[in-house]
This record gives sequence, C-alpha cells and structure tokens, in this order.
Amino acid sequence: MIDVKNLSKSFGDNLVLDGISEHIRPGEKVVVIGPSGSGKSTFLRCLNLLETPTSGTITFDGTEITDPKADINAIRRQMGMVFQHFNLFPNMTIRKNITLAPVRAGLMSQAEADGAAAALLARVGLEEKADAYPAQLSGGQKQRIAIVRALAMRPKVLLFDEPTSALDPEMVGEVLEVMKELAREGMTMVVVTHEMGFAREVGTRVLFMDGGRILEQDEPHAFFAHPREQRTIDFLSKVL
Amino acid sequence: MQALTDWLSGLPPIQWLAELGPRFYKAFFEAGRWQLYLKGLGVTFQITIAAISMGLVLGLAVAMVRTAHDQQRPGRRNPLLGLANLVCKVYATVIRGTPMMVQILIWNFVVFSTRNKILVGMVAMGINAGAYISEIIRGGLMSVDPGQSEAGRSLGLSYLDTMRFIVIPQAFKNILPSMGNELVTLFKDTSLVNAIGAAEMTYYASRIGGKTFDYMPPLLIIAAIYLVFVMGLTWLQGRLERRLRQSERR
Repeated sequence: MIDVKNLSKSFGDNLVLDGISEHIRPGEKVVVIGPSGSGKSTFLRCLNLLETPTSGTITFDGTEITDPKADINAIRRQMGMVFQHFNLFPNMTIRKNITLAPVRAGLMSQAEADGAAAALLARVGLEEKADAYPAQLSGGQKQRIAIVRALAMRPKVLLFDEPTSALDPEMVGEVLEVMKELAREGMTMVVVTHEMGFAREVGTRVLFMDGGRILEQDEPHAFFAHPREQRTIDFLSKVL
Repeated sequence: MQALTDWLSGLPPIQWLAELGPRFYKAFFEAGRWQLYLKGLGVTFQITIAAISMGLVLGLAVAMVRTAHDQQRPGRRNPLLGLANLVCKVYATVIRGTPMMVQILIWNFVVFSTRNKILVGMVAMGINAGAYISEIIRGGLMSVDPGQSEAGRSLGLSYLDTMRFIVIPQAFKNILPSMGNELVTLFKDTSLVNAIGAAEMTYYASRIGGKTFDYMPPLLIIAAIYLVFVMGLTWLQGRLERRLRQSERR
C-alpha cells in the first residue's frame, strides 16, 4: 500500500532520515518507536509529504507521490493524519471542523457531511459537542474529534504523530480506546508513539528507529520479548 | 467699582479670554463657515476610504505573493512567483523607506498632471498604505500556528482553500489591532495632501485662518474634529475585537 524506497531527508547539514526502505501493507498497524530525534516523526510526515524528502521515492497505491507532477491534494485525501497537538481549527465549530474538507473536496454535500459528522461523533461519544468550539473541549475530546475529522475523508490509511503525548495522563485512555476500535475495524494505521502498551496490544509490527534508520523490527510479542540490537535493549530498559 | 471692572477688563489675560468667544464664532459660524469644515471632513473621509480600500487590496495581494513564495516546497519553486516576489519586495522597501510627504509631492509634480488633486491624494495615500498593510497582513499570516495549515493540507485542502478557510480568518483576529492603528494613522495623515492643494479639512481650516487673519480657532476646531473621530474609531475597533474573540471563550 505504501512503499518507501531509500528515503532520505536532511534539514541543512543535519541528516534526519538515512536511506529508509519500508513497505506497509493494507490492514497493517505499524507502530514506530524510538528515542526523540530518531527521525520517527519526520518519517511519518514524509509519508504524506508534509516534509519533502531530500531523496528516495514513496509510492502509495501505485502512484509515486514523490513525483513533482503527482496531485498531492488527491493523495492526501486518502491519508488521514492525527497530530500531537490536535490542530483543530479554533475559528470553526466542531461540525465545521469535520465537514470542511469532505465538502470542499466535493465528496459530499454539506447536508451529507453533517449527517456523516453526527454519526462519527456518536461513535466517539461526542455527538452533543457538534456546535461547540475547540476551546471548549478537553485535550482528550479534542484528539477524539481530530481522529473523527480525519475519518470523515474516508481515508485508506491513518497516520498518527504521537497522538497521546500532549494529553493529561487520565485522558490518554479515551484516545487509545478510539484507536483500538479503528484497528479492530481493519483500518491501516501507522502510529508514532511512546505508548508501549498500545504497541504491544494493537500493533501488528513494531519498528524501532534510531539515528534516522530502522534498526530493528518484528511482530510486537517477539519484539518486546527478544530484542536483538543492543540499542533497542537499552531503549526498552529505560521505557518499560 | 466701575474703576475695578475697567481695570480688570483691561488686563491682557482677561482681554484675551473675552475675545475667545467672538474669535471662535467668527471662525465657525460667521458667513456659514461651518459648512466648509463639513465639506472638508467629507473629502477627508473620501480620501481615507479610498486609500484604505486600495491599501487593503494591494496589501493583501503583496502579502499573499510573499507568503506563498516563502512557503513553496523546495525543488518546486515557481519562477513567476519569484519575479512577483521581487517586485513586491522593491515596492514595500521603496514606499516604507521614503517620507509620505515626499511621495505625495512626487505623485503630484512628477507623475500626474491633473487638476484633480483629491485623486492624486487618494492614489498617493493608497499606494503608501498598501506597503504598510502588506507587512501587517504578512505578520498576521505568519503568526498563525504552522500546525493549522499542516492540518488543512493533510486533509487534502488546496493551498488557497487552507488560506481562505483556516489561516486568513485566524490571522484576521491578530491583524485587527494593527489594522485599526493603520486606519487611524491614514485618517490623520490625509491632512498632508493639503500640501498639494487637495481641498480636505486642513485645507479649509488654513483658508479660513487666512481669510480671518486668525489661525488659532480653525486649527483647534479641526484638531478637535480629528480627535473625536479617532476616538470613535478606536471604540469601534475594541468592540469588533471583543466579538471576534468569542470563539476562544470557554
């Protein structure tokens, strides 16, 4: 589904991604972990071209998205993204936050989108917040809305960039619960996170990144039980 | 008793005070002169409105070009946008780097040869305002959290849609105080076009001063008129800001 070949990214002289090749198959839940500065967020942000790769190619469903002629807006419509800081639009109601993109993209009429938004909000238990503004919500509620906003585009894959890192500890659970439910429904997910419990429980594959490379990867039980690289063992001993 | 009053009214300060009323009467009511102030005020408003409208259009265009240029993805630079950006940069530098008075004189004596001095004033002030407004808008656009446009783009919205629905409405709130100041400055600076003989309020005040051989009353009168309208504008601006902040309230 997403095929990454020799992906490199540098900011000035700083090489952040160092020739990554990886393949993400439909239905997979890939969890990316690693120390800060390892390039895991940059890797994720390259997948929908929020960062422009310095070299290498990314192919999504047969379309090479790193090709300068690719219609990047059309590709992004199929790849939802959830941010660490939610990035809800504070100048709009929740309903408008959710319906803006599908309506502008011509996927739905405003009435259809309103209906879809109501159904999605009900799924995360926030149907009564449709007319509220983001400033009136808690962090956990904001992040659940952000997930709903991405889902409204009916994406084929969802990218999560540390979705629980900016949350109060007591709100982490409600967001992870929504993500687990999505995973059960078969959504393809790429998740950058520090939540090892989530990686173990939901992930179908764990990637460990350090220094801009994928050092090690495995299916979660094997990964956490028998890490092979010394760097991985050090990292896991600190976070577990 | 009579002697005392005579002595008192002969004192220079008292005499000066006693003549104030008639002097102001002469400057404002005599020969229907108040109509001239009103006429001048109308022209002052015309110039202000024309200049701020022109400034907004120019400023928004320049700010959009410069922001779009700076936000291009590396490796996909548009040469046309580069040229437009250069033109905008020169415009802002030249206009902001020379005195408004000099610009007005140049427009009047070098560029235009028309008797319609009000039009010359509008053009000079509008083009001047555009340069300042473009910087205000650019600052406002850059003040919006980059995560906002990332969120918009990640949903597949185009650059223009993201600007239109997400970035500009949020920038608007941050821009409003500086934009209010710009409007107030512009309103007051219209008095400069008096120098090329455009008949706005200051022009009529100095004409009345010349006619009555008494400059103090007409100048104080227009100073008061300017002040009243500036205070009114400031009050309106405060109300609008409070209304726009509503979505941030809990």
